[in-house]
Amino acid sequence: MAVDKKGLSRRDFLKTTGIATGALVGGGLIGGLVGYNVQKEGQVAGTGGHNGVGGEPAAVNNRGLMFFTNMAEFNVLAQAVERIFPEDDLGPGAIGLGVPYFIDNQLAGNYGSNVKEYMQGPFFAGESTQGYQSRLTRGEIFRQGMVRMDEEAKIRFEKNFVDLEGQQMDEIITAFQKNEVDMKGVSSEFFFKLLRQATLEGAYADPIYNGNVNMDAWRMKEFPGNQMTYIAEIENEKFVKYEPKSLSSMEH
Amino acid sequence: MATTLDKVDVVTVGVGWTGGIIAAECAKAGLKVVGLERGKDRNTADFLMVHDEYRYAMRYDLMQDLSKETITFRNHRKMRALPMRQMGSFLLGEGLGGAGTHWNGQTWRFLPYDFEIKSMTDKKYGKNKLSADYQLQDWGITYDELEPYFDKFEKTAGLSGEDKNPFGGKRSSPYPTPAMKKTPILKKFETATSQLGYTPFMLPSANLSEAYTNPDGESISACQYCGFCERFGCEYGAKTSPEITVVPTARKTGNFDVRFHANVVEVMKQGNKVTGVKYIDTQTGEEYIQPAEVVALTSYVMNNAKLLMVSGIGEQYNPETQKGTLGKNYAYQVLPGTTGFFDEQMNVFMGAGSLGMTIDDLNGDNFDHSDLDFIHGGSISMTQTGTRPIQTNPIPPDTPTWGAEFKKASIYNYTRTLNVSTEGASMPHKENFMSLDPDYKDAYGVPLLQLTYNFTDQDRNLHKYLTAKTSDIMKEMGAKTVMAGSPITNYDIVPYQTTHNTGGTIMGASPDNSVVNNYLQHWNADNLFVVGAGNFAHNSGYNPTGTVGALAYRAAEGIINYSKNGGSLV
Repeated sequence: MAVDKKGLSRRDFLKTTGIATGALVGGGLIGGLVGYNVQKEGQVAGTGGHNGVGGEPAAVNNRGLMFFTNMAEFNVLAQAVERIFPEDDLGPGAIGLGVPYFIDNQLAGNYGSNVKEYMQGPFFAGESTQGYQSRLTRGEIFRQGMVRMDEEAKIRFEKNFVDLEGQQMDEIITAFQKNEVDMKGVSSEFFFKLLRQATLEGAYADPIYNGNVNMDAWRMKEFPGNQMTYIAEIENEKFVKYEPKSLSSMEH
Repeated sequence: MATTLDKVDVVTVGVGWTGGIIAAECAKAGLKVVGLERGKDRNTADFLMVHDEYRYAMRYDLMQDLSKETITFRNHRKMRALPMRQMGSFLLGEGLGGAGTHWNGQTWRFLPYDFEIKSMTDKKYGKNKLSADYQLQDWGITYDELEPYFDKFEKTAGLSGEDKNPFGGKRSSPYPTPAMKKTPILKKFETATSQLGYTPFMLPSANLSEAYTNPDGESISACQYCGFCERFGCEYGAKTSPEITVVPTARKTGNFDVRFHANVVEVMKQGNKVTGVKYIDTQTGEEYIQPAEVVALTSYVMNNAKLLMVSGIGEQYNPETQKGTLGKNYAYQVLPGTTGFFDEQMNVFMGAGSLGMTIDDLNGDNFDHSDLDFIHGGSISMTQTGTRPIQTNPIPPDTPTWGAEFKKASIYNYTRTLNVSTEGASMPHKENFMSLDPDYKDAYGVPLLQLTYNFTDQDRNLHKYLTAKTSDIMKEMGAKTVMAGSPITNYDIVPYQTTHNTGGTIMGASPDNSVVNNYLQHWNADNLFVVGAGNFAHNSGYNPTGTVGALAYRAAEGIINYSKNGGSLV
């Protein structure tokens, strides 16, 4: 159970916050907890084009929380998304890719406030074929989701979510997926879908959004990112490998 | 109190393909045209940083702001209709160019069979091939009558293609530009379908194979196969769009003016004529009345129908009595398909929205339906549109959808998976229709359009039959694991399917069963034209834009004729 071992060591790491803060140069506690792999890679999003960011070692950790105010909730998010997209021999998982920060940052903006969605009442639950019918914004759903995951951990295992074994976390996430957990104003199944989707978005979005650190998820998947043209290779019979490029590499 | 503006010859509601075409043709003919666009101005310069799957594909940056306006939906009349709160099943456009900015560019001519579907089906299979619940009808125009307009649209678009489809209608001229490049992925499909006895050909594409100048003098660039078409604008100006073709053509006449942030809320009517439209400046909240000799409704299917409904023009369709024509014959599409998992890696991230090969052997009435429990069919294609990593996480059957196993499988298969997909036709059914919602309103206080829709037995049977065919093709292509699409049950508005919504303002030969005549002129008001895929009396097994473009040229001719002579054009 290599994956579980890794998960366990990460949890040990979370518990021993003294080591976390001590290991950081200029980074806060938050960066230490979830941005650990970011620091280890020595680089944040972007590969050039911006002065002082692309290609530079991340001597200054400028990651921070824009949405969550409660670290316990943010840490539940971090561990949950890591279970959905775990670190393995292919490369980093959601934490290493910065997905928790991506989600936090997105929740602080239009996405979290449902700016482009129809949010007028009246609200009725409706049939599954009718889709999202909650009066809650995504920000409100995520916060409630984190609280409910932690509560489920206490009910089922008498522990905080972040202190659970990987299999136990999976049991709780599965319960949400199967709509077995009560949530207010939204189904746990819907929350799970949102969480899973946001995890994939954070892993594979352009690094300008603070996920997909170092474009490592693109590297794993061999997606080349922002290439301007493939006209010279489109008829190539062989698979073509590219060094991926972020939008941050463009001249602005 | 609304401010009344100076009268113009023609006002178009929306400036996408249909509004742009009508504006260009009418302005060239000397008519003064105003285009009212609820969204913003945009052009190629806005798409320089468009290679951004998250912003454009996931968060729909170019598309309609649903907080202002959406639709409500229910599967059947006994269900409570609820708002489509998030974009899903189809992607509504907004801004200059409309959905014509973020389309893929697959540009078909519907089959001769489509325009006379009722007569031809009855003649070949008898009157009871489909039950009376299906409201099949001819379109009041034939393929041959529409051919010059198809030709005109294709020349405006500079369409790339090859004339090798044995089932296509007769063409008066070849494609303006050669077909796109035939990639190794397409060749796999070509070989497999040929071996199965079908006739593959390169899909007609508005992502151009080479630089082209259209008859209006507008330049379209050559496609770079960057893989960002659908949901994106083209940073090269290589995907034909209204804002690089018909809109500049209209503008350079000096007879065309676009007003942005102008959301039309009502068509004004007096007696049997319309007098203009009322719109709201969405930046100031001010109301204006734009008087016009001719009003052309050129927004999307749903908004065109809604504006007629809120303005009380025409008789609302009633599914109980099957009387009334407005809102009738709403149709969609079904998408039979099969996923194949291969061993070798392929350049799936390269591509273009309409880079593909197709077979038409199982579309329309190109095959015998005597022993089948459905009519029509679909075009079956292998497209290489450029798969992107957030949306493309292919996993073989029985793989978990998250966790360690999911991660491994989705990464491994990303470059090793292909899909054979079908644009499946959709027949109108008496229970599928559009009306006004009694409860929910848009940001301007206007009722939302209500959609009542479900898949029918015809859809399910067609889907099942063609899914099996796509599975056979995938097997022939040599996939290691072949995963056929699941049978369809109830229509679900959540997952993206296709933006090929049709009907509601259908065309025909008689006011008894249609909203507009074959010039897209409203039966109840000679100076009102309603143009778009809403005119389709059913939906064919293709992408709709080619036929929409042809109808827009037909309507433009009608408007110009009406402006000279007045009266009904038929």
